[in-house]
Amino acid sequence: MTPKERINGYQLVYHRPDTLTDNPTHYCPGCSHGVVHRVMMEVVKEMGIQDRTVGVAPVGCAVFAYNYMNVDMQEAAHGRATAVATGIKRVLPDRYVFTYQGDGDLAAIGTSETIHTVNRGENILIVFINNGVYGMTGGQMAPTTLLGMKTTTSPMGRDVVTMGHPLDITPLIAQLPGALFVTRHSVHTPAAVRKLKKALRLAFEYQPLNKGTCFVEVVSNCPSGWKMTPREANAWMEKNMFTAYPPGDVKLPPPGLN
Amino acid sequence: MIRGTVLVAQEICKGCELCVIACPQDCLGLSETLNKKGYRFAMLTADSCTGCENCALVCPDAALTVYREPKPVRRPATSVQGAA
Repeated sequence: MTPKERINGYQLVYHRPDTLTDNPTHYCPGCSHGVVHRVMMEVVKEMGIQDRTVGVAPVGCAVFAYNYMNVDMQEAAHGRATAVATGIKRVLPDRYVFTYQGDGDLAAIGTSETIHTVNRGENILIVFINNGVYGMTGGQMAPTTLLGMKTTTSPMGRDVVTMGHPLDITPLIAQLPGALFVTRHSVHTPAAVRKLKKALRLAFEYQPLNKGTCFVEVVSNCPSGWKMTPREANAWMEKNMFTAYPPGDVKLPPPGLN
Repeated sequence: MIRGTVLVAQEICKGCELCVIACPQDCLGLSETLNKKGYRFAMLTADSCTGCENCALVCPDAALTVYREPKPVRRPATSVQGAA
């Protein structure tokens, strides 16, 4: 798809970045994955690092991320994306390495790998998509599922006695000394997308400084898993998810960096 | 008012309506016909587009291309002073 430079004398101000492939995504209508893919690839394009970027895809809905992001990609076993990224970064230290993981991948089966990777202060970027549900397998309860939220494996709503509290990964990561930049964002409004783009740009720019791990959480929706329309899902997310996972910077790099 | 327009890649669009909510001019809507995937795709329904990019920013499928009228060129202030 090559957009025309001008149409009726109008100038081109926005088009699909060529760092995304032309494949249409398999995501459900309204899914935030597509927005995050696009914003990340816009940052890669603007920084001119397409040939020096290596991504690690997770298991989950984003398992086919390598079909959509036009950079070098590696698929990892379930939850092990940060461990794989560690290896890639150590062998190729001049590359920009990122992992892209959902909450079932990073916060459930991959908790150990994630915490130890950040604790070692590996110079990678971890992008964590948190929608509070296992989307790919049909909407089962995840560690990040909110209290009282109905899923296929918590049909009466999540209760503390049998299922525990929602796992808030981002503050957990922030207290580790290896974490350099920890922040939480969302993509439900144009302003939120702009903020996420700035944060991702910063996170990529910190990587060559070799100062530690950058961790960007994106509070996301799952219209299919939540059994809502995309419009309802975004409204529900704003009302409920943001009380448990408020957007904002959790840990900033020491002043004077950059 | 700056005018703009939007091109929708109809076969990529999944009709999630996020751009319809994001549009501050309310000039986007869904089509009556279906695309090959069976979705009603987004389209311009009014002539009030300003090319603000909000729809493109929230589009999960990067299906939107935004065009905007070039800004009118203002006469430089020095030439006005020179004439006086």
